[in-house]
Amino acid sequence: MNTLNSTRTRRGSPLAFVIWGYIIWSLVPVLIAVIYSFNDGRSRTVWQGFSLRWWITDPYASIFRNDETRNAISNSLVLAFATLLVVTPLGIALAIGSQRIRGRSANFVQGLTSAPLITPEIVVGAALLLTFTRLFTAVPLGFFAQLLGNVTFALATVVVIVRARLVSIGASFEEAARDLGATRWQAMRFVLLPMLWPSVMASLVVVFATVIDDFVITSFLSAGVSSETVPLRIYSSVRGGATPALNALATLLVLTSFTVLIIGLFGLSTWRKRHGERGGLRAALADVTQMDS
Amino acid sequence: MDALHRGLTQAKLKNSPRLWAGFAIPGTVWLIALFAIPFYAVACVAFGTIDPVFRDAVPQWNPLSWDFVQAKQIFTSLATGPLQGVAIRTVVYVVCAMTLCFVIGFPIAYFLARHAGKRKLLLLVLIIVPFWVNYLMRMLAWVNLLSVDGLFTRFMRNFGVNYNWLDGSPITVILGLVYGYIPFLILPLYATLERLDWRLVDAARDLGAKPRQAFRLVTIPMSKAGLVAAGILIALPMFGDYYTNDLLSRSPSTEMIGNQIDFFLNASTQPQNGALLVLALSLFLLLFMSFYLRSTRQQSRQVTR
Repeated sequence: MNTLNSTRTRRGSPLAFVIWGYIIWSLVPVLIAVIYSFNDGRSRTVWQGFSLRWWITDPYASIFRNDETRNAISNSLVLAFATLLVVTPLGIALAIGSQRIRGRSANFVQGLTSAPLITPEIVVGAALLLTFTRLFTAVPLGFFAQLLGNVTFALATVVVIVRARLVSIGASFEEAARDLGATRWQAMRFVLLPMLWPSVMASLVVVFATVIDDFVITSFLSAGVSSETVPLRIYSSVRGGATPALNALATLLVLTSFTVLIIGLFGLSTWRKRHGERGGLRAALADVTQMDS
Repeated sequence: MDALHRGLTQAKLKNSPRLWAGFAIPGTVWLIALFAIPFYAVACVAFGTIDPVFRDAVPQWNPLSWDFVQAKQIFTSLATGPLQGVAIRTVVYVVCAMTLCFVIGFPIAYFLARHAGKRKLLLLVLIIVPFWVNYLMRMLAWVNLLSVDGLFTRFMRNFGVNYNWLDGSPITVILGLVYGYIPFLILPLYATLERLDWRLVDAARDLGAKPRQAFRLVTIPMSKAGLVAAGILIALPMFGDYYTNDLLSRSPSTEMIGNQIDFFLNASTQPQNGALLVLALSLFLLLFMSFYLRSTRQQSRQVTR
């Protein structure tokens, strides 16, 4: 199939221009924004020479020295790690359970787990805001509400990724372990769970990137400065007269998710190779993007 | 003997419903409490009453006593009243942005699946990159370029175009939506086209179909379900978008329904109207959602069988 495709490759086909044009269009504006974070002047649009003042050298305005920005960075990281801590065990268990129960309750659980994936964030955010302010009033707006909201949204992601892996593993390995005398629990603990690892790693990467980038839910459930995250801070200053420190902060956010992505891809690729599975960047990318390419 | 044995263990694995239910319960309870019940809370606020003294929305927890006066008012407002413009704009912007996304995205996905050759992995990586760049960063990048002394604005001035991009321009908002959501369309489109059995297209060509005929009569019908699902996947968040609009326009003349929801819930004293608009939006989108869920469930059933 692949060789057939490659014989069809036509150099200079007009579609090749479309795709390169698209790539330039999608990436160059972001690159320009990154470059302007190193601007020496206060402008985000007129270049005045290179400097690191918005990153580290300015004692008040640079992102690593400004108190409010540092507060936002630490809020973002705490929220992301706390979400991972809660959603990973919850999601793995739900993936296993929802894949194996049968009957009407199975349909219900599967519908319930896929619904958050396709519900617009504003609907979830608004619904949770009204719930926390009027029904579950024991949950104050702020960090705790943001944590609950992000876990709810991320749960579906973990379930989808882990369940895809469960389907591809099948039941035969566990059956073999049971045949050899393992108890149901041992078969799961020593056979199934280790085999799930790549999907768990992929979930960690995807959920971390989603939570650290999340704007809508985190914003609806925030309680002012004390729970301001990096995206919230970026959002509130984009249209004001912000300095290139804004570009620097946004660049930092992008760098963070790329670092996590690259570590994740590297880890996935090594794990797969070590365990005799199809390795390489393409397989790791497929884990993370949920595409079977 | 062997077959019997295997049958027995298989039965053992499948017939432990209580164990598997135990695994599913915590997550299910979580989603009921923080996903299903919140929708009920929205309805209770939407059909509740308004405190006569503090003017705050008082939720009505008993569905039998729900009050539909304000609901009627909001729904008439959306259909024929002051909110009509918002409703029409939301649909028009999303339809325009979706059309552009398909016009740009389909050729790219098609090329990637069919003709990318040796460069495929590189192109795939470059196309996945925007996924991992924060949405706000991508909008911020355009705010910089389109501001009064931004690079793009200055560049366009050379051609005599002097346009105020960031001040209530529908063009900017629609292009912003396209820019924001197109990566999320290209990847599923690519996955659909990649999975197609292209031998059928080759067969059509061998049997005398012209390229265009093969495309129209074989490629499109075969990939239709995937195309529709990918379209729905970006239409849903677009209908609820308010931040793109907020960052690129900030003008009442381009407001979408998401902006109204954000306003009523976060900046006004009428959360009841916000709850009603959330309900209206959810009901409208429920149609797309159920269609999407059904088509993906069919697909996954085909995969597991």
